[in-house]
Amino acid sequence: MMKLDEIQRRLLLEVADLHEIPEGAYNIRSNSQSAGRQSTANIEITSKQEVSGLEVRIKPGTKRESVHIPVVMTESGLKEVVYNDFFVGADADVVIVAGCGIDNCGNQDSQHDGIHRFYLEKGAKVRYVEKHYGSGDGSGKRILNPGTEVYMAEDSYMEMEMVQIKGVDDTVRTTTAELAAGAKLVVRERLMTHGDQNAVSTYVVTLNGENASADVVSRSVARDHSYQKFDAKIIGNAACSGHTECDSIIMDQGRILAVPGLEANHVDASLFHEAAIGKIAGEQLIKLMTLGLTEAEAEEQIINGFLR
Amino acid sequence: MLELKELSFQVETEGQGKEIIRNVSLTIPERKLIVITGPNGGGKSTLAKLIAGIEKPTGGRIFFGGEDITEKNVTERARMGISFAFQQPVRFKGIRVLDLIRIAAGKQLSIADACEYLSAVGLCARDYVDREVNASLSGGELKRIEIATVLARNAKLSVFDEPEAGIDLWSFRNLIDVFQHMRETIADSSILIISHQERILNIADEIVVIRDGVVDRKGKREEIYPGLAAGAAAVSECEGQIRAACPGGNAQ
Repeated sequence: MMKLDEIQRRLLLEVADLHEIPEGAYNIRSNSQSAGRQSTANIEITSKQEVSGLEVRIKPGTKRESVHIPVVMTESGLKEVVYNDFFVGADADVVIVAGCGIDNCGNQDSQHDGIHRFYLEKGAKVRYVEKHYGSGDGSGKRILNPGTEVYMAEDSYMEMEMVQIKGVDDTVRTTTAELAAGAKLVVRERLMTHGDQNAVSTYVVTLNGENASADVVSRSVARDHSYQKFDAKIIGNAACSGHTECDSIIMDQGRILAVPGLEANHVDASLFHEAAIGKIAGEQLIKLMTLGLTEAEAEEQIINGFLR
Repeated sequence: MLELKELSFQVETEGQGKEIIRNVSLTIPERKLIVITGPNGGGKSTLAKLIAGIEKPTGGRIFFGGEDITEKNVTERARMGISFAFQQPVRFKGIRVLDLIRIAAGKQLSIADACEYLSAVGLCARDYVDREVNASLSGGELKRIEIATVLARNAKLSVFDEPEAGIDLWSFRNLIDVFQHMRETIADSSILIISHQERILNIADEIVVIRDGVVDRKGKREEIYPGLAAGAAAVSECEGQIRAACPGGNAQ
């Protein structure tokens, strides 16, 4: 295990809630190098040969185990593309925690593009948590472009919690998923942008099998001069159900573009979307102010609750 | 405790100034339960908002504990000890009932303590404390939570704007107990209730009738109430029940 410095430790805490070395399987990547790795009897982590990245193989029937694969970057000017593949065996039930923290105090851009591919076998169940965080006061940007591909076999279940609350200057997030019969995908995205940040999030979820279902919900706050685009498309190719929702608070000179899309190619596909963008309601602020909060404190409570 | 001196409030509608409140002077003494009543559109809710600082008067002054608070904002007045229960409570996505009660109390109340406030308004605390104050709550539930937040504030002056609106009969009876209990337990505090309900008028120390933006009558309950009942300004409990059951036919 490589020794981590104070900043690296802080980033780890932000993106993976890790104070110490996690239990179970893990791989910690720090400034493009492995800072520690552990496989378990049921979960094997190996390095890819041709490109940078990991292969994580989870045996069928593995229950209540976790995999942590956090990434921290503290060197200014570092750019990397990482390919991580997860093979989740039939009926396994696991938690996978990824996340990337960049601290950039220099004047060169730091960029991490993580391409994650998930292959869920029949009946597999995954809870995936991905947190992004940026810090450092250098002029170099902190850039994260996550690409996620999910392939779900029959009756598999995946819950994805994607969180990016602070400090990432530029993000293009692309998520695609293909679901077989009875598979279910739940996405909960929480995003806050500030300063001059840009965040684009694109989802294409294809429901190919009978009774496949998807629920893609984004809650976001755009402050200052930041810009967000939420583009979520659900395609129904069978008797299936899909729901997508974008609920946003806009503040200052922030801008948000919501593009919900539905494509039904089967008469029994049931798809719907909701999108709402608006500023914080004045009456919400006033209510909290009558409880003794200042306007700024009230705003903070409302946003914290909204992004909970 | 609270003194309104020649208070006026005017709004511009279609280029014309309309006076909602005209030269209202009132004193709310300590340890009193005052009910403001009168016909709809008479300016009662506006008066409550002027006291809480939600609206700014166009004339006159407001004193609280001897201090001129006319220029003070909502937060400052809240911190000085003025509490306000909205007629139509506000919903929040993501904020839990527990969070709201803790904000109201101004401290990290234990869950058990927070639950006491919910129980006081007739809610099964365990079922509600973790709920979000969002669209999943009914109007009646929301209203009771609103009252619980005011209880948690333990304020010197608690202002309730039509607390009975949208509440069912069972909790309405509890509501009367809540007000009685508040009066007994909060030292040197006063309660100001905007209401049409005869049972609420019945527990008042003093009644103020506001009509067309002015104080029509004011005095001890014994003096004012008989005239109101005869003039049908107050709503009977039964009628209140019908109102509560028919949201469309009600101010709520």
